[in-house]
Amino acid sequence: MNAPPDESLALYVHWPFCVSKCPYCDFNSHVRAHIDEPAWRDALLADLAAEHQVTGPRRVHSIFFGGGTPSLMAPATVGAILSAAARLWSVDEGCEITLEANPSSVEAARFAGFAAAGVNRVSLGLQALDDAALKVLGRPHDVATGLAALDVAQAHFPRVSFDLIYDRPGHTVAAWEAELTRALAFGTEHLSLYQLTIEAGTRFAVEHAAGRLRTPDAETSADLFDLTQAMTEAAGLPAYETSNHGLPSRHNLSYWTYADYVGVGPGAHGRRGGVATVRHRKPENWLAAMAAGDGIVETQALPPATRATEALLMGLRLTEGIDRAVFAQRTGVALADAVDGAAVARLADLGLIEDDAAGLRLTRAGRPLVNAVLREIA
Amino acid sequence: MTAPLDKIRNFSIIAHIDHGKSTLADRLIQHTGGLTAREMSEQVLDNMEIERERGITIKAQTVRLDYKGHVLNLMDTPGHVDFAYEVSRSLAACEGALLVVDAAQGVEAQTLANVYQSIEHDHEIIPVINKVDLPAAEPERVKQQIEDIIGISTEHAVLASAKSGLGIEAVLDAIVALIPPPKGDATAPLKAMLVDSWYDPYLGVVILVRVIDGSLRKGQEITFMAQGTKHLVDRVGCFRPKIEQLDALGPGEIGFITAQIKEVAQTNVGDTITDTKKPTTTALPGFKTVQPVVFCGLFPTDAADFEKLRDSLGKLRLNDASFSFETESSAALGFGFRCGFLGLLHLEIIQERLTREYDLDLITTAPSVVYKLLLRDGTSKELHNPADMPDPSTIELIEEPWIEATIFVPDEYLGSLLKLCQDRRGIQKNLTYVGGRAQIVYELPLNEVVFDFYDRLKSISRGYASFDYHQIGHREGDLVKMTIMVNSEVVDALSMIVHRDAAEARGRHMCERMKDLIPRHLFKIPVQAAIGGKVIARETIAAMRKDVTAKCYGGDISRKKKLLDKQKEGKKRMRQYGNVDIPQEAFIAALRMGDAN
Ligand SMILES: Nc1nc2c(ncn2[C@@H]2O[C@H](COP(=O)(O)OP(=O)(O)O)[C@@H](O)[C@H]2O)c(=O)[nH]1
Ligand SMILES: [Mg+2]
Repeated sequence: MNAPPDESLALYVHWPFCVSKCPYCDFNSHVRAHIDEPAWRDALLADLAAEHQVTGPRRVHSIFFGGGTPSLMAPATVGAILSAAARLWSVDEGCEITLEANPSSVEAARFAGFAAAGVNRVSLGLQALDDAALKVLGRPHDVATGLAALDVAQAHFPRVSFDLIYDRPGHTVAAWEAELTRALAFGTEHLSLYQLTIEAGTRFAVEHAAGRLRTPDAETSADLFDLTQAMTEAAGLPAYETSNHGLPSRHNLSYWTYADYVGVGPGAHGRRGGVATVRHRKPENWLAAMAAGDGIVETQALPPATRATEALLMGLRLTEGIDRAVFAQRTGVALADAVDGAAVARLADLGLIEDDAAGLRLTRAGRPLVNAVLREIA
Repeated sequence: MTAPLDKIRNFSIIAHIDHGKSTLADRLIQHTGGLTAREMSEQVLDNMEIERERGITIKAQTVRLDYKGHVLNLMDTPGHVDFAYEVSRSLAACEGALLVVDAAQGVEAQTLANVYQSIEHDHEIIPVINKVDLPAAEPERVKQQIEDIIGISTEHAVLASAKSGLGIEAVLDAIVALIPPPKGDATAPLKAMLVDSWYDPYLGVVILVRVIDGSLRKGQEITFMAQGTKHLVDRVGCFRPKIEQLDALGPGEIGFITAQIKEVAQTNVGDTITDTKKPTTTALPGFKTVQPVVFCGLFPTDAADFEKLRDSLGKLRLNDASFSFETESSAALGFGFRCGFLGLLHLEIIQERLTREYDLDLITTAPSVVYKLLLRDGTSKELHNPADMPDPSTIELIEEPWIEATIFVPDEYLGSLLKLCQDRRGIQKNLTYVGGRAQIVYELPLNEVVFDFYDRLKSISRGYASFDYHQIGHREGDLVKMTIMVNSEVVDALSMIVHRDAAEARGRHMCERMKDLIPRHLFKIPVQAAIGGKVIARETIAAMRKDVTAKCYGGDISRKKKLLDKQKEGKKRMRQYGNVDIPQEAFIAALRMGDAN
């Protein structure tokens, strides 16, 4: 029932620091005046070693530096972590090694160093191709700086992706069409196109509740989503996941197909061998806990039913949907037993879902409704 | 020893909400030493949480005050038309009233309705201009208003601040000097009025009484004349506001008795209490048993709460005999109760108490009145629930209850008010002017009033209209049962009986309302109103286009799962009709019709 040990692992490394906190972001990111980088590096290395104690020798097919802003790390820190990973596990030839980067000039200057350290894929937080919008989003860079960073990234990394946030306050179909047309022309192999969501606990949530921040109405928002699908398909970068387009990221596919992943660093989550792990969220608490031996706050063996629900809500986000065999293998539950069959049949009649021998997947019409579908069938 | 008649003063306090009735009462109690400052919790008289929150009194309360050798009985009365009969009995137990008017606000609607009642009871009315401490206070202007609008003299008006204590002594002196002492004959056979009653967990049913003649004593055997039942008095006393036991209550006095009675249903407000061995020959006039006039279904959201709901209704009824309940079952709502109330406020109060004090989640069906059906086969039938409406082809005629409504309204709102009454099939009986205000009398079908008439009246007149009504019997009407269908399935809880002429507008309105209240689903949902098989109105709820979480990586799946679990929990709390989840709020909001015409 647990993933067989011969299945390879995905490795996630969390760097929690940012230069400033963006008003829409509810990720585990923190602003600190001074960062003792060697101390954090050593702790991350120790966290990796601790995880290795649990997983034993496994192959690793992807490594992902997320944050926070991992591009604020010194390339040497990244290099040290990658070497450690290679010592501990057997890292695949051609392993996908991604680093999330901010498109500032300071960080672009480090791209050569990251590449030399072994990073082969970068995910750039461009967020918008409109200066006014970048301001609203609280981003410190402007479009010119962002595109300059994109140039540098494309020069140094074989694989480049960037993020855009749409469905922003005041966003119109015409404006997004122009912006996306421009974005698609840069020729990256991958794009993450996120609709802005107002997350609890963010400054946007406060502004939104107070009526000072107005996001587009439901109709516009749906139009924007549909336009995004059509344009990326036409450009040869169709969605393979709700918000991700083009050549899939091997790492993120691990989450969506419910493969095992190890997460180290403050607040990182992991799923390996049927066990969920959560680490101390506040960076300093995690650091202190690491010094005392272990950064984990919670390990929980997930019962098959929980694993099945998790795999379902991740897997339906994928365009190719859920593979019946993989699902059963990774959750210990047959796909047919994990869903309400009558609800699935009803939704199939409505043309929102396809249920066949290979598996379960949403149709083009069903994909924008994934949450509602899950409420019905999960 | 009972108090000599000439030393007794019985009075009530009349005020528009927030003008300071409760604060003044507290101050009077404090000044006369009923409670020490430490014992005073704000607003001692409004006991129930709902009473405090809404600032209304539901049960009559009394306090006995000792002042300069006199016994003053303060009676706090319910202030809403739903409890009009209880109010009238409370007022009948007094000889005078304090009319409290906010010195900054002036005379307002509720003041009027209550003051006219008081005038009808021949009360001596003492105006108390309260809140004179406020910078915006205009006591002279308010006095003039009282003279012009209500038409009573303000010669003896007292200027007061219940907050600071200013004028409290003067109020007490005015009560002694101006309110006439009660009349009565200590030697005549016992004659007392049952003013109100409530259930107390320690004492059993407590009965509030006003003695007219004779005296009430511990150990006495008494008879409730209308009810025809006998009881042995085991306690006699008064409230100060703490309970004080007495040997007896004499003529003119107000106090309480207990007689080992278990349910308030055994005591009828307005009944005459007499001595079983030496009864009076004449009962008090004006007795009537109050009948519920508005009915609705109450269903637990969670079917497992049915027994809990039954218990809770039983407990509430212990203390409120004016509502009734019997089991009812609905195809979609499962098992619940058909309940009868004195009016919409009464319904809301019971519903709120069940939710709050008994922690129940309820679905309330559309309120209905009692229809009388004459069937073709010559039999007749009372209809409390639209769901029980027989096949129309078997009905010879339907009669509906009518009321006579008296409404006071400032001139400027008269036009809109007449339109409202007209739209609700009203028949105008009278229109007169009383100092810048119109008094209109309308006959109206009760079913046009139970929905939202009172809310509409208040919003049209910005709260300045006052409204009172009494029933005037049943009349034939061209009535039909209208059903609401969601996704082609009848939502039985929303069925209602309406006048044929109003059906289309009402149906259209209901469909629009449901369209707003039912969230979008994964498919298109038709919402229809129909009479018999014929659709008279239709709306469509468009299918949902997008419901997606944009960002979902970083591995924190548990959070997504929690969110999903929460949403599914919310879904469970809705009712399913034809695969459509109808939120509970939709049923409740459907009762507030807005302007249906
Ligand atoms: N300034 C001032 N406020 C008062 C006075 N009497 C009552 N209030 C305030 O007016 C509000 C309503 O008083 P309350 O006694 O509850 O009014 P009720 O609704 O008539 O019972 C409360 O906030 C009181 O504190 C007064 O004489 N002066
Ligand atoms: Mg009050």
